[in-house]
Amino acid sequence: MTGYLRNVALFAVMGVALALTGMYQSWVLALTILNMSLISAVMALGVNIQWGYAGLFNVGVMGFTAFGGLAAVLIAMPPVPEAWAVGGFGAVLGLMLGAGTIFAAILIWKRLPPGKLRVLALILTLVVGYMITRFVFAPATAAIERINPATEGYLGGLGLPVILSWPVGAVMAAGLAWVVGKIALGLRSDYLAIATLGISEIVIAVLKFEAWLTRGVNNVVGIPRAVPRPVTLQQYDWVQGVSQRLGLGLSDTARVIELTGYALLFVLVLAVLIWLSENALNSPWGRMMRAIRDNETAARAMGKDVTRRHLMVFVLGSGVCGLAGAMMVTLDGQLTPGSYEPLRFTFLIWVMVIVGGSGNNWGAVLGGFVIWFLWVQAEPAGRWLMDALTSGLGVESALRSHLMDQSAHTRLIMMGLALLLMLRFAPRGLIPEK
Amino acid sequence: MELLNAIVVLANFVLIPALAYGSQIALGALGITLIYGILRFAHFAHGDIMAFGTGIVILVTWWLQGQGIGLGPFPTALLALPVGIVATVLYLLAADRTVYRFYRKVKAKPMILVMASLGVMFVTNGITRLIMGPSEQRFADGERFIISVRDFRDWTGLAEGLAFRSAQALTIVVALIAMSLLFWFLNRTRAGKSMRAYSDNEDLALLSGINPERVVVITWAIAGTLMVLAGTLYGLDKSYRPFTYFQLLLPFFAAAIVGGLGNPMGAIIGGYVVAFAEMGITYAWRRVVGYLGPEGWEPAGLMQILPVDYKFAVTFGILVLVLIFRPTGIFKGRTL
Repeated sequence: MTGYLRNVALFAVMGVALALTGMYQSWVLALTILNMSLISAVMALGVNIQWGYAGLFNVGVMGFTAFGGLAAVLIAMPPVPEAWAVGGFGAVLGLMLGAGTIFAAILIWKRLPPGKLRVLALILTLVVGYMITRFVFAPATAAIERINPATEGYLGGLGLPVILSWPVGAVMAAGLAWVVGKIALGLRSDYLAIATLGISEIVIAVLKFEAWLTRGVNNVVGIPRAVPRPVTLQQYDWVQGVSQRLGLGLSDTARVIELTGYALLFVLVLAVLIWLSENALNSPWGRMMRAIRDNETAARAMGKDVTRRHLMVFVLGSGVCGLAGAMMVTLDGQLTPGSYEPLRFTFLIWVMVIVGGSGNNWGAVLGGFVIWFLWVQAEPAGRWLMDALTSGLGVESALRSHLMDQSAHTRLIMMGLALLLMLRFAPRGLIPEK
Repeated sequence: MELLNAIVVLANFVLIPALAYGSQIALGALGITLIYGILRFAHFAHGDIMAFGTGIVILVTWWLQGQGIGLGPFPTALLALPVGIVATVLYLLAADRTVYRFYRKVKAKPMILVMASLGVMFVTNGITRLIMGPSEQRFADGERFIISVRDFRDWTGLAEGLAFRSAQALTIVVALIAMSLLFWFLNRTRAGKSMRAYSDNEDLALLSGINPERVVVITWAIAGTLMVLAGTLYGLDKSYRPFTYFQLLLPFFAAAIVGGLGNPMGAIIGGYVVAFAEMGITYAWRRVVGYLGPEGWEPAGLMQILPVDYKFAVTFGILVLVLIFRPTGIFKGRTL
């Protein structure tokens, strides 16, 4: 049981670190870190399902996260009736025509006998389908984007409660993963990596430039909240009571209560996910997955359909990433396609999984907490370090002021070193796989 | 006349830029493919180390410019190239010593090496941003144009102008020289042959007395040189921003896979395929069609298949097509 105690101790240390942040910096900061840690832990769980269970290398976490985040807009924002009136039909019909074209192309490829005729039919279908789709789609989206462009200019969402977007985001990301997996799985293992890298860039491009759907770089702000806003909370009597008892300012108290509310929701999601993944990992299914991971040829010889299992696990893991993406957009209350960058949303998650312990769900969760905490706190630490290192240069030094300006980037170096050191000296992570 | 005008427009907006861009991608993809062939892993730090090396070139260029040293019509960066190359190769060798060599020794799975290259990527990215900052930097100087639009119009009397920028010419020429030298090296020299042997069959190469560590060092040296060349040329032709360089990973890998991973000739052809497809599909063909079609037939739309914002989608599309129809690439992969 020493291993168990050690793991509890590791989580306790993490809790103490957060508590110290609360006491010495601020509780709002501590809770902000906690919330993003919880979301990061969910993402790390998703990556762990793919890498830890099955050895699939997904470098498109950002894409699945962002795509899941889109669900928050599509579900929770109020619809824009004028936009629907001028272009809703065209946009939806265009999307369906596009999907129909691809479906027809696949059908032709599968049904017709190989030969020149098949290639010709395929190309013809794609070209004609593309032209018809574009003919319907382009005017509709242009009309939508003209409706009240300063605040709307997009179709809006369904106006449903934002919590609903979490499962929807998961399903959307899973669907995307299915398409990617169908293409890239079953080939050389690096191909999946490149394909996911590509799809994540494309998802971001779609979010940025399909303004009729996402308002693009203008961002969707004011997504309905899952927990009442601090402004609303301040008016409740019990909040004012808590504020007096804690001796904390009213607005801070309201913010703390709001963030705690989100934290509780996220803990609930994380708990369910861990429960599910732990059960899955210890079931015959989990043992099969690990067997495939450790020796594909042997698993194949035992009659396991490796490619299909990989596809399944890839879809599940990406779905979890999509869920985390929807949670994050809900927490932020806005979708900002310009803010997604691969270092932060793909590769940092990988650092979390490797540092935490790949193949172990608790390890991935701990990695999410530790790395996110370090990522946030490394910024002031980097500034302090740079200040100390360059103090000999004098106050007037141009080099020093340049390095101080860029000191935030030292955290990238720290994360890289953390990854390299763990990989080399403790490749099984903080909480190793059993 | 109409036909000539159409050709000029096409050359100005698609052919020449794609040729330059394709050369840059080809140089990067060559590095990826060599590392894959010899060290047998997908080198994810490629874009970031390219940004690092180009950053050194830029710093030296600035220093030279400050000293008043230049090359006349040629960009000063050419003088700074050797420094950047040496620094990058040393950096790669240091990374190999401290990071990759250990995994080679314990015969780790390729994926672990890829993971390690992610760590190197993080560190390099941090160093580059620390030195250069995340924003765009300019370092191009010298003569901007070999042929400018106005000169071309005056000479030929055509309605359309053609601009041939010196950075584009330089890219094409330097890339050609680098590629020829590389093939000469791989096919004619002892070291090059030992590299090919090692890539083909590691065990047989070891048996015939080839020193694997030496092959690895040569590979990093070549890859580093190609990276700095590609990065500097890209920076001169377009602009330098660390993040853009990271994003070049996708076309690099796409080109290497299209040509067959581990196949240098394939990487070059893949580079041009990716570049021409990217440019051709995101180009608005309206004027070309207008010249070619009958009088007064100019199309109303832009005749653009995809907006420029989706150039990654084009790269990805090519990748997907190759993965579906010829997973080993146009040429068979894994032979050097």
